[in-house]
Amino acid sequence: MSSGQFDFSLAIGGAAGQGIATPGNILARTFTRRGLWLNAYNAYQSIVRGGHIFLTMRISDKQIHSHGDGLDMLLCLNQDTMDRHLRLMGPGGRVIFDSDKIKPGEVPEGVQLCPLPIKELSNKSRNKVIQNTIALGVINYLLGLEFDVLENALKLQFGRKGDAVVEENASAARAGYDYAAESFAPYPEPLATGPKPLALWTGNEALAMGGAAAGVKFYTAYPMSPSTGVLHWMAQNARELGIMVRQGEDEIAVANMAIGAAHVGARAMCATSGGGFALMTEAIGAAAMMEIPVVFINVQRAGPSTGVPTKTEQGDLWQALGASQGDFERLIVAPTDALDAFRTIPEIFNLCDQHQCPGIVITDLLISEGTFSADPDDIDLQPEIDRGEIVTNGAANGEYLRYELTDSGVSPRALPGLEGHAHVVATDEHDQDGVLISDEYTNPHKRRHMVEKRARKIANLVDKIAPPELEGPADADVTLIGWGSTHGVIKEAIALLAEKGVTANHLSIRWIVPFHAETVIDICDAAKHTIIVENNYSGQFHRYLRSETGLTIDGHIRKYDGEPFMPHHIVDAVLEQVAGRTTHSVPYQEIMV
Amino acid sequence: MDGIDTRQLVLDPQTANDYKGKVDPDWCPGCGDFGVLNSLRKACLDLGLKPHEILTVSGIGCSSNFPGYFNSYGMHTLHGRALAVATGAKMANHELNVFVTGGDGDGYGIGGNHFTHTARRNVDLTYIVMDNEIYGLTTGQLSPTSSLNMKTKSSPHGSVEFPFNPVTSAIMNGATFVARGFSSDTKHLTMLMQQAIEHKGFSLISVFSPCITFNHDNDVGFFKPRVKKLEDEGHDTSDWKSACEKAMLWGDTIYTGLFLHVKDRPSLGAAEPVLADGGAISRRPLGLSKEQTDKIISRMM
Repeated sequence: MSSGQFDFSLAIGGAAGQGIATPGNILARTFTRRGLWLNAYNAYQSIVRGGHIFLTMRISDKQIHSHGDGLDMLLCLNQDTMDRHLRLMGPGGRVIFDSDKIKPGEVPEGVQLCPLPIKELSNKSRNKVIQNTIALGVINYLLGLEFDVLENALKLQFGRKGDAVVEENASAARAGYDYAAESFAPYPEPLATGPKPLALWTGNEALAMGGAAAGVKFYTAYPMSPSTGVLHWMAQNARELGIMVRQGEDEIAVANMAIGAAHVGARAMCATSGGGFALMTEAIGAAAMMEIPVVFINVQRAGPSTGVPTKTEQGDLWQALGASQGDFERLIVAPTDALDAFRTIPEIFNLCDQHQCPGIVITDLLISEGTFSADPDDIDLQPEIDRGEIVTNGAANGEYLRYELTDSGVSPRALPGLEGHAHVVATDEHDQDGVLISDEYTNPHKRRHMVEKRARKIANLVDKIAPPELEGPADADVTLIGWGSTHGVIKEAIALLAEKGVTANHLSIRWIVPFHAETVIDICDAAKHTIIVENNYSGQFHRYLRSETGLTIDGHIRKYDGEPFMPHHIVDAVLEQVAGRTTHSVPYQEIMV
Repeated sequence: MDGIDTRQLVLDPQTANDYKGKVDPDWCPGCGDFGVLNSLRKACLDLGLKPHEILTVSGIGCSSNFPGYFNSYGMHTLHGRALAVATGAKMANHELNVFVTGGDGDGYGIGGNHFTHTARRNVDLTYIVMDNEIYGLTTGQLSPTSSLNMKTKSSPHGSVEFPFNPVTSAIMNGATFVARGFSSDTKHLTMLMQQAIEHKGFSLISVFSPCITFNHDNDVGFFKPRVKKLEDEGHDTSDWKSACEKAMLWGDTIYTGLFLHVKDRPSLGAAEPVLADGGAISRRPLGLSKEQTDKIISRMM
């Protein structure tokens, strides 16, 4: 906890199958209903049973932007969790565990152990996950909450399973609560309360809801971590919202189905991760060539190849930039957090519709699978929708030119089904009327016209997109540059750096293509010391920045171990770079998850 | 020098020729695909289909140039992906008549995965494959349906691979209308196409459509004496076992006609509750209602 702000972090560790999700969910709901801001990161592996799961949940009465640096409470569901994490607990921390099964080992100074005699407290229940509910009782007591808060949460969580289940959990929770009251002191600072209840979502849910708000009527996907949550939300809500949801046989089918649906006029979206995105890439070029607006989401995970399916990385930037053969522009945007991901979807759909081109949303596991609070008033599910130029009437004489050469490069679309406007769209190069010019009719001048027409659509698009802004004091000692999901952690690192006497400002990039190169050049030219922060090895954004601006950047902070940055990683790296000890920092991941 | 003359499309066809596309085919003279194109024009005329109510989707290959020669909305998509694109289009606007046209390499080779799953899903579309047992546009290599021992540029010593059987594969994968045609018998093919278009579900017509330039093993002369119509044999189109046995024959007798017709399985569109009412989803209003947004937010609280 830091001064002036309620700031508390707890973690639950155990093996897959031990039921971490349920207590995690109950606690998260308890906190956000109380109006607390929440940022949760779940570290896990690609197995259904076993392994090590570590859910970190940070809460505060002020907005928070990362899962933080430290832990105030640790709940160990197995010995492995104790062995991995006890040593990282600091003074004032509490560690809760089943003393029948788990041995603590060497306890750091100032850490209070909270051993629970689970066998005795569970009253010989055969429910294998009852220890989780007992622990919830303990946690609620330690946080200074009344028991009925937990009792109500349990009713909400288990109500659908019937009274017996609610009763069993309530009595287990009571046993834990009462035992804690007899045995342990609560935290000196009780749980804060915010001004109003907050909403709770994951990044994947935010992406899906952004699609629903944008008017997506066709969603298709092949399951792939860490993007599958989008499919789950869409499938769950499809019938109620009138969205056609299809699970394809592979991502090639997915991308092409989306193109088919988009061509006949539905807003179509698909999400995947890098491997699936690789399979989609030929279709992205097809959408560009046929001038069909489709939104493709790549939720990055650590690669290459199958890589680390459950770990985060920003390693697919050049995959997005180079997706599909040929020389063409596609829109690429990297949302900075869950709320931004939600807002990005309607934004990119409008641009894709207006300019009849494919759009790529590039995000990552940190956002997609993170759980976050949100102010419900910030979630605008009825955003502006602009479908661009669509022919709904006009000369129905069979002379319609789908690819008519216009000043803007945009040719009004006639959707299949409209009388008198039949035409063929083609992945082969074609003339204004859609007739192929790629085979025997080759005509270099027509080819040139069509290439320039497609390029013209995108050429001035940068003006429609807000340029990036420098956050923080203009004359700061250091300018930290990041893209996409590192926004939050850089922001928090900057606040911590200020406490250490280093002023920093922040250039956070959302739009990759089109790119506000002039703005970025101006900001970097005025900066005293520029450092790029990236969640990859080779500095993919740095290369892109250089290609678009020619800028030289002073330093780099790169992390590519699969785990996201924590604020102190950036703080320590900036301090060593400011001191002149290095220009390239690779933070050390202390937490073994 | 400004390219080729293009034809103005006819809005309300009165003759089969009115289903001509903006340009004429660039196929080799004598190509079997002409017979397929003419048969589909005739089938559409007989069924009274309006060009704007049809979407013809193809992949890549000689026969995939089909949409350009046919008066309808068309999509000339990626190699092998026509069925996936067509599935998306049909689901987003199920009021369209969706035809998919292409070749054996496109549909049974690179697109084989989509063939399996489009059949299984019973998507209501008509898939017309012009099977010439060769890769033509790439100047003569093995196709999935090339016969054993066939010599091509990629199998100069004769193929050692057993060929793919589209009819038995489609049946095994759950297709509900499975037929085989021959491009030289346009009357029979037209009849099969009409039935296929009227069928509510996935229909395959795999057409022997010989390549005059690159396949001298399976040319018109090879097929003509061998093809026999199932309709003349009293074949029971509800008997999938008999259908498979007959489809496996490849000798003096090679059957054409309707092998299997399953009438009681709903198409994907008919089984999909989202399409139950409200018309094509591509034409429904976008955006969420106040009631819907309130519900979404309340679940997050």
